[in-house]
Amino acid sequence: MQIFVCVKHVPDSAVHIHIIDNHHIDENIGFLINPYDEHAVTEAVRIRDAHPGSEVIAVCLGKQDAEKTLRSAMAMGADRGILIQSEKYHDSIETALALKTAIEHDGSPVLIFTGKESIDDQGMQTQFRMGALFDFPVATNVVRLEILSDKALVDTEFSGGVVNTYEMTLPCIIGAGRGLNTPKYPTFPDIMKSKKKPVQTLLFSDLKIQTPAARMEVVELIPHLQKRQPRALTGNAVETAQKILHILKHEAKVL
Amino acid sequence: MIKPVGVIMELENGMVKDANMGMITLARQKDTILYALTMDGPAGAMKEKLSAFGISNIIEIKLAEDLRHNPDVRAKAVMEVVKKFNLSAVFGLSTARGKDLLPRIAALLGSPLVMDCFHVDLEKNMAETSRYSGKTLARIKVTGPVPVFGIRPNAKEPVREQASAGIIQFDAGSIVSKQLRVVKTSETGKGSKISLAEAEVIISGGRGMKNKENFILLSQCAEKLNAAVGASRVAVDSGWVPYAMQVGQTGEKVSPKVYIACGISGSIQHFAGMKTSGMVIAVNLDETAAIMSNCDYYAVADALEIIPELTKILGKS
Repeated sequence: MQIFVCVKHVPDSAVHIHIIDNHHIDENIGFLINPYDEHAVTEAVRIRDAHPGSEVIAVCLGKQDAEKTLRSAMAMGADRGILIQSEKYHDSIETALALKTAIEHDGSPVLIFTGKESIDDQGMQTQFRMGALFDFPVATNVVRLEILSDKALVDTEFSGGVVNTYEMTLPCIIGAGRGLNTPKYPTFPDIMKSKKKPVQTLLFSDLKIQTPAARMEVVELIPHLQKRQPRALTGNAVETAQKILHILKHEAKVL
Repeated sequence: MIKPVGVIMELENGMVKDANMGMITLARQKDTILYALTMDGPAGAMKEKLSAFGISNIIEIKLAEDLRHNPDVRAKAVMEVVKKFNLSAVFGLSTARGKDLLPRIAALLGSPLVMDCFHVDLEKNMAETSRYSGKTLARIKVTGPVPVFGIRPNAKEPVREQASAGIIQFDAGSIVSKQLRVVKTSETGKGSKISLAEAEVIISGGRGMKNKENFILLSQCAEKLNAAVGASRVAVDSGWVPYAMQVGQTGEKVSPKVYIACGISGSIQHFAGMKTSGMVIAVNLDETAAIMSNCDYYAVADALEIIPELTKILGKS
């Protein structure tokens, strides 16, 4: 079966973000595969290995540099990659259309993985947009996945330790959560092997996607500055605890 | 022109959660008429509370009893309500449940969607949210039919405005899902009893907690404070607490009134998840930890000594 994994090239979580011209960021920083997508790739590879004859195809919409993220996915075990190259920013609606078109061009998916969200846009919706376009069921923040003959059983995690188990028909779309697995970081031989794996490049403009009626457009980015003025709490443990209690009661008024 | 706006209520144990009131306050704007949508209980029980916050109509959506928890069925039902009542925008909470429902609704409607908003301007069709994991704020313009907004809990202080809500029954009992079935819902007992996203007070532990057992000290204190317990990535990766408790870039993004950080160094990734907190109190043995210079109050002390003392005096007071 064909298993597709949608991956995104995002700024390294450890870098500082600098805003230029009010609504773009300085991209002269490290970019990496979106952390949740690592769980998606890991799971896709596990399912492939359990179903002989399957293949894992990583798909990415991004600039030319995003090929690095496809190489990371291949170093983690994906068989090949598709880069939908575009120099522009695309919202989740256009992204889902582009991913769907590229996946359909390539073959017939049985499973499509994404991360539950990207750490840059935090839109939390591309998987659902694809679901509506393909008419496939979707589950997000998936922490356990089991593939049965013609359906998938998934556990999705909610707050407070609540887990819902959904049964979905195949094909389906899985938004990977952090609890799904522990990604195995590639070894040097894995990385060398990934360099020889094929990447097909498509141009976004060649996909002939009609501009959707709905749109989300970033009109302004504002640095999220900290304005806190730290004040010291001194004294022994009892005194410090009493001071905290006083602050909670009289300043924060949460007691 | 009057804009009918739908506000999806989130209930817990049959009660309208407090976080809904801030969302209603945010949705109440010039020329709006507010419809509260409920799928989880009788509208009569919430009429008084919702009237006090300016709700004009409560739409009680009746789903087939065995499909009440199916997110696909719920999304379809909201779509039907949007069409029937010509709603011009939909608001819901950006909680774990909201993250499983609102994108489904937007995808079905072909609507724009912004999650985790802390402000929405319906006249300008503008939403404010965070990007780059809380490192920047973003103003996002939405274009297209029936925009959907996921509202960050605690983003807005609830403000009362008296109205008298009417009740409308909406039968959605024939809506089914051919593709998705809820097999079961289980409580794993993992994670905080109070939702991190909605808690007014969060007490969080990091490397300085040293082991799994010491997190019990935080839970005991949290119980007295009616707080949720969170953790840094180090604590999660060390196996001391489950993923569900992680605050940060790859965990929950929280905005409590007070965030108490115990033995947390305050990495850029951790800040990404809690920087919108009202007040930050840091307890750390390391005076040079990043969090100590980026908080409201700090104590250079061992959280393992301070927290049990706090629990003790909370028990007395």
